[in-house]
Amino acid sequence: MATSTTTVPSAGPAAGSRSFLSRLRDGDEIARLITFLFAASVVLVTLLLVLELWQGSVLPRHKFGFNFFRTSVWDPIFEQFGALPFIYGTLVTAGVALVIAVPLGIGAAIFLAELAPVRVSDTLEFFIDLLAAVPSVIYGLLGVFIVVPLMRVYIQPTLKHTLGFLPLFQGPAYGVGFLTAGIVLAIMVIPYIISVSREVLLSVPRDQREAALSLGSTRWESTWKVVVPFARGGIMGSIFLALARALGETMAVTMVIGNTPTISASLFSPGYSIAAVIANEFTEATGDLYLQSLIELGLVLFILTFILNGLARLLIVATSQKGAGMGHA
Amino acid sequence: MSPRLRWRKFVSGFMLTMTGVCAAVSVAVLFFILGYLVYHGGTSISWNFFTKLPAPVGETGGGMANAIVGSAKLLLLASLVGVPIGFFGAIYLAEFSGGTTAFVVRYAADLLNGVPSIVIGIFAYSLVVLPFKHFSTLAGGFAIGLMMIPITLRSTEEFLRAVPRALREGAMALGASKWKTISTVIVPAAYRGILTAVLLAFARVAGETAPLLFTAFGNRFWSPGWNQPTASLPVMIFTYAVAPYDDWHRQAWAAGLVLLGLILVLNIVARAILSRGIAVPRA
Amino acid sequence: MHASVRPAVSVNIPPTVTNTATREMPAALSLRMTVSKVNFFYGTKQTLFDINLGVATNKVTSLIGPSGCGKSTLLRTFNRMHETVRNARLEGEILLDGQNILAQDVTALRRRVGMVFQRPNPFPKSIFENVAYGLKINGSKLPIAEAVEKSLRHAALWDEVKDHLHKSAYELSGGQQQRLCIARALAVEPEVLLLDEPCSALDPISTAKIEELLVQLKDLCTIAIVTHNMQQAARVSDFTAFLLLGQLIEFSPTPQLFTTPGDPRTEAYITGRFG
Repeated sequence: MATSTTTVPSAGPAAGSRSFLSRLRDGDEIARLITFLFAASVVLVTLLLVLELWQGSVLPRHKFGFNFFRTSVWDPIFEQFGALPFIYGTLVTAGVALVIAVPLGIGAAIFLAELAPVRVSDTLEFFIDLLAAVPSVIYGLLGVFIVVPLMRVYIQPTLKHTLGFLPLFQGPAYGVGFLTAGIVLAIMVIPYIISVSREVLLSVPRDQREAALSLGSTRWESTWKVVVPFARGGIMGSIFLALARALGETMAVTMVIGNTPTISASLFSPGYSIAAVIANEFTEATGDLYLQSLIELGLVLFILTFILNGLARLLIVATSQKGAGMGHA
Repeated sequence: MSPRLRWRKFVSGFMLTMTGVCAAVSVAVLFFILGYLVYHGGTSISWNFFTKLPAPVGETGGGMANAIVGSAKLLLLASLVGVPIGFFGAIYLAEFSGGTTAFVVRYAADLLNGVPSIVIGIFAYSLVVLPFKHFSTLAGGFAIGLMMIPITLRSTEEFLRAVPRALREGAMALGASKWKTISTVIVPAAYRGILTAVLLAFARVAGETAPLLFTAFGNRFWSPGWNQPTASLPVMIFTYAVAPYDDWHRQAWAAGLVLLGLILVLNIVARAILSRGIAVPRA
Repeated sequence: MHASVRPAVSVNIPPTVTNTATREMPAALSLRMTVSKVNFFYGTKQTLFDINLGVATNKVTSLIGPSGCGKSTLLRTFNRMHETVRNARLEGEILLDGQNILAQDVTALRRRVGMVFQRPNPFPKSIFENVAYGLKINGSKLPIAEAVEKSLRHAALWDEVKDHLHKSAYELSGGQQQRLCIARALAVEPEVLLLDEPCSALDPISTAKIEELLVQLKDLCTIAIVTHNMQQAARVSDFTAFLLLGQLIEFSPTPQLFTTPGDPRTEAYITGRFG
């Protein structure tokens, strides 16, 4: 026999090294690799995002440290940047939004989960989901042309007239301001509270409600004192989700908040939010410190929403597992 | 009936009615929004709107042709980023990956999903605008493409997983390789859900404004190619709404109607595709 | 008990179309609840056919029969729990102390007719709060803490939990949770206690404890229990009703039903020829 094997014509190239892998396997290995690369790119991009935020805010972090969060002066000319007015505005508008949206949202979710017949509940849920799909800039449009005049002409004067002794409702009625932004935000986050709470309420085991009814509860008592507490975690989760959305919301807020870095006890006062100032000033920022201060604000927003979203998910998952396993030890 | 019981029953009826009111109010808002948009936007839509460029500032009679085209280009780019990554990444998660890798990828996707859109804009700025030193359609498309990724990824994964074992095992028993099973059996079985996921992701990013503010930026004229700043519908709406010109306000309403119309149609079509198909889990 | 005799008075009800051997109850037995000509429908599908029976005061009555025979459905009509299902419809009359329960206020009724469910379903509250729930909404003659202790003693759970009243109910074992549910139901001092297969999710030891408990609880209230376990029915109940495919086949004092069943179908069931 000839000693060399390399001249055999019909075998594939390097027949020896490939003998472990059939052609079939090769196809699978390549597929695995390619899809892995795509999946890995998601992780990569996310890591890169955090990195860019961190590195892109190095100047103000070193220059101001934690004072960034305590100062309220925002002066590009003298390069003094304090985030307090924006943090204040973000929190206040989100707070107003929740005060309005949480009772409305939970009430609606209770109706959809406990009272409405299945078809009505599903139809209404469909509309609520559509509401969640409306983009922020459209809410802004409605805010500017409908809500702001309403506030300026009717609502703010009425509030001032009736509740004006509270510092919350004092000052001139511009139409724009914390309250207006809060109301528009409330409309935007209600769908989140409703859909998640509704699902969580629907997942509460039937026999919880039946146990309450069989003890002589009225329908409201069984809902409010047994079913809702059972779903408490998931409902809190929906509130955190709504809060995260409200905090990061940019366009609608920018269009109705007044864009003035002010800290004021009055809800009628114009203000500013983190997302709004970034949107408005990013392209005008002169100088690295200015731009990077805005990036640091972005980092703050990122961390806040990251924590809230994480907590929300934990709570929602924990509640649905409770429903499934009845929390038995 | 004791007075106590009478009171409890009254409270019950009252509170339950109030929950109905809450639901009615919440849904009424949607119809209110639609109504206003149709009214204000409908009266302002004209042929000009779709075909003309914006007029010089202060003059009337312009349109948003460049913004419409710009949005289309941005969405196309976004799909090129978001759909392949979401689709193939989901295949990896559903068919190939082990527990830990899957967890990490899903976690990253959920994280990305929760990032405020303005922060995505900052990221795209740092990555694409800064190095090239100018705003561009590319940067804008990249930014909103990023936002499409988590939606397509998670939904597609769910629908792939929902394909019954029996189908997979049937194919493999016939000697099909894993890849062949995926491409000829599993993906086709899940195609309705995947299509829905893509449409919903599309609808979600079609209205995004914030990430475009400092990536695609804006343009009062046509934007040739992919390397220049471009106008887009959402950014035009924003710019025109906050400006002091009535004509611009009217155009903003028209643009709002067009944009919302597109988004709602996409949403409804997506859900219709899903519900007419085989039983798959909701996204 | 004695062999059947023709009744002098009170209750018994003409046999149904297919029924041939309904035994009558001894005269002068007081009935807490009476069921007359009850038919039950889920939408258009009929699941109970012309049920007539009486639930004797301070006795244990058990409903037995194969799966799907309608025993749970029947039990749930006693406190109108069937009304929580949309398409459920009840025809006929059910009397509690002579008054039609369908004409009363349902919330008030459910306080008088309590229920324990197949799987223990304590509220996500503390042990104390679980028992106190009914007391708080309905009002209580005794101070709450006292009433809670009383109930827990009646449910033979007090000694096991008295030092842990504020722990979560979910930390209890399955058997303890079920006794907690019994205590919770007893707290509002119902006249009738309904139990729907209360031991089916429990281990044999917990089951035995609860069976013991039921015999003692007779003095407190009237008991009706659904069970798929015939031996359990034989052990704890005074009267047994056998249902099959929505019909009441036989209703007699327990020893009689199990030793000398009147209907061949009853005999087939209790000898295990079908189940």
